[in-house]
Amino acid sequence: MSANSLTTKAIALRARRMAFGRRADWLFRAGTLLFAWGVLLVLGAIIIELLVDAWPAFSRFGFGFFTSSAWNPVTEKYGAASSILGTLVTSFIAISLAVPMSFGIALFLTELSPRWLRRPIGIAVELLAGIPSIIYGIWGLFIFAPWFADNVQWRISDTLGNLPVIGVLFQGPPIGLGWLVAGLVLTIMIIPFIAAVMRDVFDVVPATLKESAYAMGSTRWEVIRHIVLPYTSVGVIGGVMLGLGRALGETMAVTFVVGNAHDIHTSLFMPGNTIASTIANEFTEATTVPHRSALIALGLILFIITFIVLALARLLLMRVERGRGEKA
Amino acid sequence: MSNPKYMRRRALNLINMGASIFLTGVALFFLGWILFVLFSKGVAYINPALFIESTPGAGIPGGGLANAFVGSLLMTSLGILIAAPIGILAATYLAEFGHHTRIASIVRFINDVLLSAPSIVIGVFVYGVVVQPTNHFSGWAGTIALAIIALPVTVRTTDTMLQLIPDQMREAAIALGAPRWKVTVWIVYRASLAGIVTGVLLAVARIIGEAAPLLFTSLGNQFFTLDPNQPMAAVPQVLFNFAMGPYDNWHQIAWAGALISTLFVLVLMILARLLSTRKR
Repeated sequence: MSANSLTTKAIALRARRMAFGRRADWLFRAGTLLFAWGVLLVLGAIIIELLVDAWPAFSRFGFGFFTSSAWNPVTEKYGAASSILGTLVTSFIAISLAVPMSFGIALFLTELSPRWLRRPIGIAVELLAGIPSIIYGIWGLFIFAPWFADNVQWRISDTLGNLPVIGVLFQGPPIGLGWLVAGLVLTIMIIPFIAAVMRDVFDVVPATLKESAYAMGSTRWEVIRHIVLPYTSVGVIGGVMLGLGRALGETMAVTFVVGNAHDIHTSLFMPGNTIASTIANEFTEATTVPHRSALIALGLILFIITFIVLALARLLLMRVERGRGEKA
Repeated sequence: MSNPKYMRRRALNLINMGASIFLTGVALFFLGWILFVLFSKGVAYINPALFIESTPGAGIPGGGLANAFVGSLLMTSLGILIAAPIGILAATYLAEFGHHTRIASIVRFINDVLLSAPSIVIGVFVYGVVVQPTNHFSGWAGTIALAIIALPVTVRTTDTMLQLIPDQMREAAIALGAPRWKVTVWIVYRASLAGIVTGVLLAVARIIGEAAPLLFTSLGNQFFTLDPNQPMAAVPQVLFNFAMGPYDNWHQIAWAGALISTLFVLVLMILARLLSTRKR
């Protein structure tokens, strides 16, 4: 009798425990899901907030906001052209220099370096990504720009500056600050991001593929050129886009060295600005609604440009990831 | 062996391999150059006053970074305290429940995009939702901006780390009758503790050097304060103002601060690396 009731008790206890466990499970799952939604919520909130606050500028200046380079707080005329152009030009300089450099580094890390050197050099390149962007700015302003102006810039204007057509890009005072130096500093900053992605995708190439090419008598370069690159092209492009996204949105370093002028010049040596540097310089001083709204509109444009670039990068890299899963 | 076509191929190979080594050298050279400059310019100005005195006003001699160090540490730790739990729980959903469902893929995708979103735009956003409604700049606004930047970093690393835990461990626990939440908390979290800590360290390294999102959220403050309702100084933001300013003592303080904050970040990153590789 007593043994029987003990069993019933145990069964009841077990049932209660299981019910509790199930409820706790449901709660835990729902709770974590809620926070996962939080990530989406942040993105939504950013877009809505920027749209609302940028609206006065868009409705006031219309499409002319994109084509005008006027920037005059006194007459309250604002246009985004010089900032957008500056962002695109500096990022273009950075990406066109950083891609071959990162390719060289990734190649070294995956194919050339002795095993014991791989990790230290890999970490050193990653550290380049860890240096705060403000440090790049200070170094760029006090060290790199003066050095560049004294030793490199006038040589470029004396040689490239005399060429027809592209010569105009390289004329102007050798003051160091301007689009070109901003692009160069950006180059160093985005190399680690692109190099890391390239190294990772290069590592995915099956050894048998490379070995077959070597067995056919290919040189190392031919293996890279005809086996590794075609095999990893999607991932490489993804890495390049990722670097581009970084360059477009970089703020502090560029603000230090771009020169901060709302003008459009034909020369890369002239001071200019970028979307991010304009916001960083003027936001706290913008006291009128049109000024502030124009800056927020700039922010929205930057966010949309980088969003598209980064989304493309991620889609490409996800394709690589999925391919890796299927092959494994 | 000496036919010209073969020699040409070999030459091309040598040139390109040489270029690869050279370019790696260039990247390392820049790292070395920047660190060298920081040391040679900064070491001389690291003194007790740097840690005791607050930032000097325009034209006032002396001074230090005490208020900025405290502000940076306070806003960074508060930001992490907000971002880490949210990020870890969101990543828990992705790795433990979501797996490859549509919602999990979308969250991962958006998170990856936010990971590299321009930090200045985050600053503009927080200005709009925190500073404008409350009508004043504050440490809290800076904290929230930093938390938004830290969130995707924690989500990304925690998600990756949780996925590394073999499913057999989860199945073994479930077979013993443990409910899912216990499996996650007592088995999966415990097994990937080093990974989760790594993620948090990387998030700290990311936000402690951020200046752009603080410029118009926490604004900066010449005086020492522990109250996050006040505008608050932070090291990167002070570096921005001081390096741009015209005074010699500002520049000296900026160099010393630049050295200290860079070393701090680099040490954090190396620590995170060591933690994550010891596991594998």
